[in-house]
Parts: sequence; C-alpha cells; structure tokens
Amino acid sequence: MRAWFKSGTPWIWLNGGAIALCLVMVIGVLGLILVQGASHFWPSDLQQVSVKQADGTERKVLAELVRSEDVAASTLRESGVELPGDAKHYVRHLLKMGNRDVYGRDFAWFLDHEMSSWEIPTQAIVLERREWGNFYGFAVKLSENDQVIAEGDVDVWAKLPERIARANDIHAQIKQLEKTDISRINNGMEDLRLGLRKLQLNNASAAEIAAFEAQAAQERAALDADYAQIQQKLDDLNHQAARDTLVVRTADGKELSVSLSNIVHAHQPNAMSTSQKVGFYVNAIWDFLSEEPREANTEGGIFPAIFGTITMVILMAIIVTPFGVLAAIYLREYAKQGPVLKIIRISVYNLAGVPSIVYGVFGLGFFVYVVGGNIDQLFYAEKLPTPTFGTPGLFWASLTLALLTLPVVIVSTEEGLSRIPSTIRMGSLALGATKSETLWKVVVPLATPAMMTGLILSIARAAGEVAPLMLVGVVKLAPTLPIDGNFPYVHLDQKIMHLGFHVFDVGFQSPNVEASRPLLYATALVLVLLIIVLNMAAIHLRNKLREKYRSESD
Amino acid sequence: MNPTQVPNSFTELNLADEKIKIEVNDLKLYYGESQALKTVNMHIPEKRVTAFIGPSGCGKSTLLRCFNRMNDLVDSCRIEGQIIMDGQNIYDRSVDVAELRRQVGMVFQKPNPFPKTIYENVAYGLRLQGVKDRRILDEVVETSLKGAALWNEVKDRLHDNAFGLSGGQQQRLVIARAIAIEPDVLLLDEPASALDPISTLKIEELICELKDRYTIVIVTHNMQQAARVSDYTAFMYMGNLVEFDATNKMFTNPSQQQTEDYITGRFG
Repeated sequence: MRAWFKSGTPWIWLNGGAIALCLVMVIGVLGLILVQGASHFWPSDLQQVSVKQADGTERKVLAELVRSEDVAASTLRESGVELPGDAKHYVRHLLKMGNRDVYGRDFAWFLDHEMSSWEIPTQAIVLERREWGNFYGFAVKLSENDQVIAEGDVDVWAKLPERIARANDIHAQIKQLEKTDISRINNGMEDLRLGLRKLQLNNASAAEIAAFEAQAAQERAALDADYAQIQQKLDDLNHQAARDTLVVRTADGKELSVSLSNIVHAHQPNAMSTSQKVGFYVNAIWDFLSEEPREANTEGGIFPAIFGTITMVILMAIIVTPFGVLAAIYLREYAKQGPVLKIIRISVYNLAGVPSIVYGVFGLGFFVYVVGGNIDQLFYAEKLPTPTFGTPGLFWASLTLALLTLPVVIVSTEEGLSRIPSTIRMGSLALGATKSETLWKVVVPLATPAMMTGLILSIARAAGEVAPLMLVGVVKLAPTLPIDGNFPYVHLDQKIMHLGFHVFDVGFQSPNVEASRPLLYATALVLVLLIIVLNMAAIHLRNKLREKYRSESD
Repeated sequence: MNPTQVPNSFTELNLADEKIKIEVNDLKLYYGESQALKTVNMHIPEKRVTAFIGPSGCGKSTLLRCFNRMNDLVDSCRIEGQIIMDGQNIYDRSVDVAELRRQVGMVFQKPNPFPKTIYENVAYGLRLQGVKDRRILDEVVETSLKGAALWNEVKDRLHDNAFGLSGGQQQRLVIARAIAIEPDVLLLDEPASALDPISTLKIEELICELKDRYTIVIVTHNMQQAARVSDYTAFMYMGNLVEFDATNKMFTNPSQQQTEDYITGRFG
C-alpha cells in the first residue's frame, strides 16, 4: 500500500478523476440545455382525449402531451382533489391545450385515471397565431370576403397553406412600410419640431423663426402628403389581409373564426411524415433565430436579442482594446517601476474581482446620469426633457462592459509584453531605433496574440454578463434594432435586447411559465453557441497572428 | 598554440602605425555598487578586427556594449571616463544615442531577427530613417545580403518569415541588417557561440571580408577564433585590460604572464 502511494499512482487517479468530474459537469449542462431547448421545435402529435369532469360529464380535449409525473396521493388530497381507491401514487399529465382565448389558460394538469379513449386524429390542425398563442382543433370552413370557398377538413387544408403564405406576404409588406416609410416620416416631423425648438432655445430672432416655420410648413405639407399616400397603401393592405377567414372548431365543439392575417403558420402534425417533420423542425428553428418575439416573449423568435448581444459585444471590444492595450504598454514599458506602480497594478488586478452589479450601478450613476445628462444638455438640448443619452442605452451598456473587462485586457497584454525576448528589443535599439519605434514596430506586433487572448476572455465575460446590463441599457423588449437604414445608421442611444437578459426575463418574469420554459432553454443554448462562435472567431484570429509572429523562443 | 595556425602571422602589425577609430580613456563602469570595469584605456584601430578575449565575467561584453551605449538600458549602470570616437566623446550630453547606434552596429550572441520577412528585417534600419523608395530599398537589401554572404541562399524567398532560416543564416541575416545602414563600426558579441562549426566558419569568412570596410570589434570565448579572425587582441581579466597587442604577438609572445597562462589554458 505504501509503495503504491509512493509510486504516484494515486495522484494520477486523482487528477484523472478531477478531469472526469469537470467533463461530466460541462457535458451535463450542455446536454440539458441542448435536449430541452432543441426538442421544443419538434412538432409533437396532438392527442385527443376524454376527460371526466367534477360533475361527471365527459369533455374532449385536444392537446400536446408535455410531460407526465407521479404524485403522492396525500399531496392531491391536501389540495382538495377527491380520489377513488387508496393507491399511494397517481399519474398525472400536463397537457398543452392552446386556445387561450377559449379556455383562458393553455396548460393544464389532468389525472390519468380520469382520462380515457386516447386517440391521434389525423385531421387535427395547429394554428400558430400572432395573438392568443396556438390554436388546436379542426378546420371547418374557409371563406373569402364572407363567401365560403372550402368546407370540411380535406378541402380547407388543400387551400389553406397557399392563402396563409399570401397573408404573411401582406403582413411583411405592412411591417416593411411601418418600419421604413412611416418611421422616416416620423423622423422628419420630429426633426422639424426639434429644429424649431433649437431656434427658440438659441434665442433666434422672430424673423429667423418665421422663416424657419415657413420652410417647415412646406416640408410638413410634403411629409403629410407622403403620409396620406402611405396610409392609403396601408389601408389597402390591411383590407386585403382581412380578406380570408378560417372557421375552426375546438375538440369540445366550440366554433370560432380566425382571420388569416392573424395566422403565422398552420400544420397538421398528426398527418406529417418524418421527413416533413424534419423540414418543419428546421424551419421552426430558423424562425426562432430570425424573428421578433411575440406575446411578452413567450412566443416567436429572439432575433433582436441575438443582434443586440453581438452589437454590444463588438462595440465593447472596439472600446476596450485600445484603452487596455495603451494602459498596459504604459504600465509595462514607460512607468517607473516602484511602489506606486505596484499599487496601481494591484488595483487594476483587483478591479477584475469587483462584482459586476457594482459596475452596473457605476455605469448608471456616472455614465448615464452624469456623462449622458451633460451630453444631452450640450448637444440635444432641444429634445429635453426627453433624454437622448441621459438614459440607459447601447453605448452605455458597451462602455460599462468595457470598463468591466478592462483589467482582463490589461493583464494579458502586460503578460504578453513581458514575454517578448529582450534580445529582440536590443536588436532594434542597436539599429538606431528609438524606444517608441522599437515598441510600435517590433514589440507590439509580437504581443498581439496576447492582446487577442485578453480580448477573447473579455468577450466571453461580456457576452455572458447580465446583472450590470439591466441597469445601463438592456430591456425586455426592443424590436427596433440599433443598426438600421436611417441616418446615422448605428443608434448608440437605443435600448437593446440581450440574450442573457432574455434568459432571465423568460425564466423569471414570464406571465406564462409553461409556455416559456422551452424557450428559456433554447435561448440559453443560443447564448452558449453565440459565445462559442465569438470565441472561435477570436481564437482563429489569434492563431493566425501567432503563426505570423512565430518565434523560436515560443 | 601552434603559430602556423595563425593566418595573420605573415603580416607584421603594429598598433603605433594604425589610425585610431575609438579611444577609451579611464573608463570605469559600475553596476550598482559593484565595479565591472576598472580604469580601462585602449585604442581600437580603424578597419581592423579587434578581438576581446578573457574568462566569463571579465567585462569584455560590458566594454563592447559601451561603444554603442547599450549599457544605458541597464538602470543601475553608471559610467565614468570617456570613449572618443572620431574626436567626439560618445558619452557627451549632446550625443544622440539613436544616431550613435546607427554609426555603431551590433550583432548579438543569439540570432535575433525580427518577426518579419527577410526583406523587412534588412530594410528595417532604412525604414527607420524614413527611406520609402522601393528601388533604393531593393538595392540596399540585395547588396547587404550579398555583403553578408546570404543572398544566394535567400534570394528566392525574400518575403518569407525570417524565423524559417537556420541559426547560421539568421545570424548572417542579422549582420546584413546591421550593415544595411552602413555603420562605421561593427560590434560582434560572441556572434558564433550559438552556431554549429560550419556556420561558424561562414561567419568567420564573412568577418574577414567585412574588415576592409568596417572597424570590427568582436568578443569571443573561442581563442582559435580570435587567432583566426582578428588583427588585434585584447585580453581582459576581472574588469582590467591586461594586455592589448597585435594578435600574432599576443598568441606567440605575450608580454604578460597572465595572458600566456590564459591562452595556453592554464586557467580560465
């Protein structure tokens, strides 16, 4: 036994065990979010089942089976459920019934022994709606301008997809008009108002103001004419969109009509073949990634959050790199090494350990209110009291994150600089280069891989950060992207959505817990993948640089 | 040491006949409290190869680094005395150190090419001086590489990374880099100690070719090398210059017992 300990074998086992544990944890986390997140988009079968109600009548329910579990009988009895027999455990099922407008809630638990005659009706349809969530039921008839053009499951289904595509097309056109033309006109009107306000603030003469107003009146008239035209177009489109109506019936026989303009997508999961399901699955994932959220983030996609996260991280990298690199070069190359420098260095290193929410508070108190408030006073006085930069926004979020990750960049750049062999500096100096020439032509290029390492770490940290962002610019819903076609194209003052915050919001602030649960996992999965992609890109870049500056001393 | 191995033995050199390039007067150098050089006086002749020999820690590299003020980079270093080059004390306040280093090139013990292409390594010094004309750069790169006997080996891959060269090639590249800015003096700090015998031979041949145009000062641990390449040899010991004379005299008939003991391998 003693010899065994002396041989060092236990150490190897201990090390191997530690690695195995780490792997298990990482794979566990990734596996969980992968399975939970990715399975949400699979079109599961619709089950039709009869449920015995408290008054003894039977009621038909058409729903997706979400999950089943065992419950202790005592728990059920305590909550006032009457149970037959004296079994210790009862099985209950969570069903997603949809039809929130009919039932008032779309998820419900049912006890297994009260349910009978499970079946999978082929003609059951799922309507993904812009309002009220999914509808589960059966198609009755399809009408165009109140004229019935198809009746019965088969007939309606034959005509439905094509008409939904048309309705979606019109919907996209409406959105497009609202986003570009209407917003352009609104901006123009706002500019005119602000121009006048600016003149008034600058104590312009009455003549100037009158001249401006005359000019403005003309422009306003032009904009109004434009607007009338676009409004006409919009009305037209809205009218067209309302052309088709689908009448549907729920499993328990209630009929209701749904305008096709309210339908995003329709499918018959029970009639789909496996390959159709795969196609649907891929489409659903693409929609999730490319669309805006609906219904308080419990449905739809997360595109604005992905876009916001990437924009913010890139902006952060642009801000933090020059500051961090310059600071590190000063600390390592120019500052006089001594106790003062030691204190500064320790302070910088310790900044990395400050809880991130503290940075958030600082960002809000200093950047937003002090710096932003003053910027507003100086440059956007005409907009006040509506703040422009004096309110949380993209720029402040990026700046706060830059501050948060600054120590990381400084530390790794310093490490990189200290690892450059002194012989290379000497070689440059011996050729008559000054210190700064040596630094910029030889030393800094050699240290770029180290700077990239710092940047990689800071990107990973920034992309995953949530707490400070809630204070300085990230919001629950901001479908307008911070980059668009309107001047000045990048809107630094705009509030953004962020994947990390989206996870928090969907997870803890959602009005519909069961509906948002799978989205929570899917969003977390996207966040993890996004960080991996950002890191891979940075690592790839670093390796290329390293290859370029490969030296024998490495 | 067999005197027939010394190629310079047939020409009689005498320091009194030479034109002096560098004059060292009462040079004392301290690293903090410890004194590394103790009152060194010597005259280094122009367009000759002068070798510094001596045991490790005797101050020969330190002395070499005084000629282009590389010791300035050491914080604790303090210097007294004068080094006069072309009538100017290089430790005078008015001297521009970068300009001095352009006049006095240096090659280090380990090859230290920059992480750039072969071409850019050689052109580095010129670019520092603001030369941008592609024609001039091309020409200087070619003549310098030819001067360093490297042209034929690298002419087809001038734009490859310099780290791809072998150690001996790298060292010649560094020499090419140094002569590209046309210095007056070339300081070689054990230039062949990290190289294999064949590369060493090439470097030594190169030194012999270069001595017509440059004043060369070489520090070496290898006494055969000093005997083969140098015209004059200085023997240093414990921060003192023990003896300085024509190489063949040093190796055949040294005037100091210490020198003889060191050269014949009785200590050191």
